Amino acid sequence: MRATRWEARLVLPVSEERDHVQGPGDAPVTLVEYGDYECPYCGEAYPIVKQIQERMEEQLRFVFRNFPISTAHPHAEYAAEAAEAAAAQDRFWEMHDHLYEHQQRLRVDDLRSYAQAIELDLDLFDKELAEHVHADRVHEDFLSGVRSGVNGTPTFFINGMRHDDPYDLETLLVALEAAAELGKGGG
Amino acid sequence: MSDELRTDPGSRRDEGDPRAGTALPPGTAAPDFALPSTLDGPLGPGDGRGRPLILVFYPADWSPVCTDQLTLYQEVMPEFEKHDAALFGISVDGRWCHLAFAKDRNLRFPLLADFEPKGEVARAYGVYRAEDGTSERALFVIDPAGVVSWSYVSPTEVNPGADGILRALEDLAAKGVAR
Repeated sequence: MRATRWEARLVLPVSEERDHVQGPGDAPVTLVEYGDYECPYCGEAYPIVKQIQERMEEQLRFVFRNFPISTAHPHAEYAAEAAEAAAAQDRFWEMHDHLYEHQQRLRVDDLRSYAQAIELDLDLFDKELAEHVHADRVHEDFLSGVRSGVNGTPTFFINGMRHDDPYDLETLLVALEAAAELGKGGG
Repeated sequence: MSDELRTDPGSRRDEGDPRAGTALPPGTAAPDFALPSTLDGPLGPGDGRGRPLILVFYPADWSPVCTDQLTLYQEVMPEFEKHDAALFGISVDGRWCHLAFAKDRNLRFPLLADFEPKGEVARAYGVYRAEDGTSERALFVIDPAGVVSWSYVSPTEVNPGADGILRALEDLAAKGVAR
C-alpha cells in the first residue's frame, strides 16, 4: 500500500502586514525563504538572492521567515530575535543583511554592535532581546515552515510551492522567471 | 503549477517507488523488539506503550541527509511532545557509533542499534534495503495500543521533514486513540 503523500505548499500565506517583504505587493512572483542566520548554506544563498533581486527588479517580491535550528546552530535563535527586534524599529532588512554578512560572529555582543551600526535604539533593543519579546514570532515562523514542508535551510517557496531543485543563481532564476510568466498570464 | 517549475523529476521520486510498498501499512500490529540504544538499556515499542511512538528508520549515522532530518526532529521535539509522543531513531549502526553521533549533533532522543542480527527490525517493518545493507528512510507512527497508524517511505536522498508525522499525530488525537 502506498504511504501517505502530502503537498509542500506554504500554509501561512504571505502577509504584507506580518511579513518582512522587499519588492512590490503586485509583483508576479513571490519568493519566500525560510532561513537560519547561522546556517552556512543560507549564507551561500544570501548573495544569490541579492543578485536575483537586482536582475528581476519589480518582477519579484522577496519574503524572509525565520527557521533557526538551534540544535545545530547555538546562536541562530538569538540572531533571529535580534532581526525581529530591528524590525520592531523598522530596520529589519538592515539587520538581516548585517547578520548574513557577519555570519561567523553572532554572539550577543556582536548583535549589539550591529544594532549600534544601524542606529537602533539600543536600550530598547537590549530590553527586547533580554526579555525574548520576539521569541513567539520567531517560533510562529518556524512552525509555519515545519507545516509547509521545510526540511532544512534554506528552503524556498515560489508563489507558494516549495522549490525542490537546487538554489544556484541560474536554476533559481529560471524557476522564478517561469513563475513570473505564469503569474503575468493571469494564472 | 508545481510541475512546470520542477525541471528535475528525479528530485521527487516518492511517486511510484516500488520499495515503498513493502513498509507495514496502517492497521498492522507493530512488531515487538528490544534493541541496544543510546540510553542505558535496550528499547522497544513496549517502552513507548501508552503513548504514541514515532519510529524513524534512517540509512546511516553521519550521512548528510540523515543529519538534517534528525536535527530537525530534535528541533521539532516540543511539538511532538505536545502529543505526548516518544521518538526513536533506528539504523544499522552500532551503539558506540550512535553515541558519538548523538553527542556530536546534540540529539537527545534515543538512537537504536539494529546491528545484530543486522537489520532484523528493519526487515520486520518491511523497510530493509538488502542491496545497500541499510534500512530505508522510513517513518512509522504507532498508536498507544501498539498498532501502526501511519507509515511513509521517503526516497533515501530526500529528507521527509516533520509535517507528515505531525499530521499523523493529529489524526491519532482526533480519533481519540491517544490518551
